[in-house]
Amino acid sequence: MVAKVGLDGHDRGAKVVARALRDAGMEVIYTGLHQTAEEVVTAAVQEDVDVLGVSTLSGAHMTIFPKIFEKLRSLDAEDILVVGGGIIPPVEREALRAQGLSEFWGPGTHTGDIISFLKDAVK
Amino acid sequence: MSDLVSRVRAGDIRAAGRLISLIDRGEDLIEKVLPILFPFTGNAYRIGITGPPGAGKSTLASAICKRYLDAGQSVGILAVDITSPFTGGALLGDRIRMQGLTQDARVFIRSIGNGGVPGGLSRSARDAMRVLEAMGKDVVIVETAGVGQTDVEIAHSVDAVVLVTVPEAGDEVQALKAGILEVADIIVLNKKDRPEADGLGSELQDLVAGQHDTSDWQVPVLRTAARTGDGVDEVVEALILFETQGKRTGGFLTRRKVQAERELRERLRQRMIDRVDEQLGALDFETAVNEVVDGTADIYGVLDDLSSRLM
Repeated sequence: MVAKVGLDGHDRGAKVVARALRDAGMEVIYTGLHQTAEEVVTAAVQEDVDVLGVSTLSGAHMTIFPKIFEKLRSLDAEDILVVGGGIIPPVEREALRAQGLSEFWGPGTHTGDIISFLKDAVK
Repeated sequence: MSDLVSRVRAGDIRAAGRLISLIDRGEDLIEKVLPILFPFTGNAYRIGITGPPGAGKSTLASAICKRYLDAGQSVGILAVDITSPFTGGALLGDRIRMQGLTQDARVFIRSIGNGGVPGGLSRSARDAMRVLEAMGKDVVIVETAGVGQTDVEIAHSVDAVVLVTVPEAGDEVQALKAGILEVADIIVLNKKDRPEADGLGSELQDLVAGQHDTSDWQVPVLRTAARTGDGVDEVVEALILFETQGKRTGGFLTRRKVQAERELRERLRQRMIDRVDEQLGALDFETAVNEVVDGTADIYGVLDDLSSRLM
């Protein structure tokens, strides 16, 4: 599932990644813009996804990701792999990694790298 | 296994999501689960929403869902979308038009790729619907992938078929006539604010007049602008009327019987095919092919010989 959370209208990257993953043979669900963290996690559980990818370009990542992890815990769904893309300063990436963020990709990432990471992580 | 089923029945979305995945992947495990699940199915009103790509199926499904929620009912939605025949991948985007529904705990939405199967549904759709029914949903809405005129699979899986079309489809209406238009119980002309809507509306009405000769249901042609919700109340009223009337006249039960027989026959046929495929694996095609290509045997004789070795 490729998700956009909060007041963040930049979804070019999310759509490019969604399409690349589809072309790599994956089933991709795109949530659309302006979802809450709770909605995104509920949707991910209903869809029984392997990976939840959150695109964030709003700077609200230190609010969004902790909420996502909390909701995953409450739904007993912590086995869903959480990854991200967009803009997060390196020091905050480390903080989020410690909370459960598996991988994060910034601008300039090759979609092939994302695909091979996911294929490796989900067997 | 029965634990998974009891969690589904208790409305556990984690369990329901899992079970639908197992069904969709065709895991052997489900052969044990589905018989335990079955007794808890059959109580929901099954509504199918079908129509060409971009007609507004997801938006209408969402609007219909909201009306049923307002009436105090719970709703399950199964949204089928196209799987790429080339990569096997899929971009399932129906949820984008259903935003806001996820906040309501009475709604469960699941997207599913059609797996390249023609007809508008996936092979797993029928059993996935059963999971939603076992969750205790009062209404189960199935949205097909965008369909053409011959994709009538939905008619064999639901109690009521809503066909959504749009003014731009005007030229295609004649083509629709022979196929999917025949299975519609309710026709919705969406995007009614477009200029061509009036003409197409009356054309559709003419087409369906006299259809369904054997029943007393006259297929209504309703005009909506699903995005604003305009006209959706009338669609839901028609759905409720169709259900009530069908239950009174027996048409509802008759349809379910026809569907059950069809599903049994289909699944039996599939079992036979699987069995034959297994036997085909044991035949010596290499020798047969060489004989045919060398000209030492004719293909018809080889065919008879091979088929005599099948059970």
